[in-house]
Amino acid sequence: MAIEKERQVLVVFPHPDDEAFGVSGTIATHILQGTPVTYACLTLGEMGRNLGNPPFATRESLPNVRKKELLGSAEAMGLTDLRMMGLRDKTVEFEDDEKMVKMMADLIEELNPSLIITFYPNLSVHPDHEATARAVVRAVRRMKDRPKLHCVAFANETLEVLGHPDIVHDVTAVRDQKMNAMKAHISQTSWMLEEMELKLSQGDKEAENWLTKERFYNYRWDEDFEESF
Amino acid sequence: MELVEVKKLQVELDAFAKKDVYLHLETTNGSYATHFNEGFFNAGAFIRNVVINYELGKVVGDSPHRVGLKLPHGWVYAQGITHYELDEQGRLLLAGHDGTGKLAVALQISETPFSY
Repeated sequence: MAIEKERQVLVVFPHPDDEAFGVSGTIATHILQGTPVTYACLTLGEMGRNLGNPPFATRESLPNVRKKELLGSAEAMGLTDLRMMGLRDKTVEFEDDEKMVKMMADLIEELNPSLIITFYPNLSVHPDHEATARAVVRAVRRMKDRPKLHCVAFANETLEVLGHPDIVHDVTAVRDQKMNAMKAHISQTSWMLEEMELKLSQGDKEAENWLTKERFYNYRWDEDFEESF
Repeated sequence: MELVEVKKLQVELDAFAKKDVYLHLETTNGSYATHFNEGFFNAGAFIRNVVINYELGKVVGDSPHRVGLKLPHGWVYAQGITHYELDEQGRLLLAGHDGTGKLAVALQISETPFSY
């Protein structure tokens, strides 16, 4: 399915590298089409557990490592509007909920996006992903003219709950850019990439498919995850 | 970070004793533990920038080591410590990395607050 031309895209994820695996091809494509894309990354992944083996980073030096990786990923995607929102990894769900909605509403008001990309509430596994998804959905719910809201879902029960994704982007044309975005986050992705590159070199169709197809669900307002907020 | 050598680490722990120091302590299985293994009971704890003043700090055992800090009215301890570093800001960073290198526990002491 071709990627529709947008006025402005806003991507909201909590961790550096959240954008890389499932969304970087879509981001790169929008940028190639001349659409401005803003990526708001809420934390610097301060609590990442991958510090190298043997360790090359510490709990204290990791944020700076991951900040550089995030900048590298943005460069690989051609993204120039990267916002680092200054929250701490694994604490997003404990922030004041209204403050989180306001953070999203302020971004939306400033940027006036025609498309917002984030996680799908209740189907995105990590507590920070869930808190991010809730805040974005709440901010959009309050709008009179809602932009499109494309959500990434990867919980084990996703297929049961939502069925097959209604949006599948073929990002083969920007495959190298996507690979470079994933490689930029090398402190967190090295073992995964090693495994994937081996499969790709063996012509593994599933791995190729996983790399070149990016899947999203339109947020289902008629099955909203809560009645109101 | 380097592997813990008990005698060397003990010297570092002694140097922070009887001072007000900022503590970072965490244990973690990672936020994806239950995603990859649905029966897994994911528990962990995190505390950062709480001031303590310990009278005695000890590192014990073969690797992975245990480290305990005796306070006037209580205790701090961590188990599973494998690595340590006195960083360029003079902070004592202890960590436990599992067989794949992933951080499982961290115990850190500093005379100045850790970042946010």
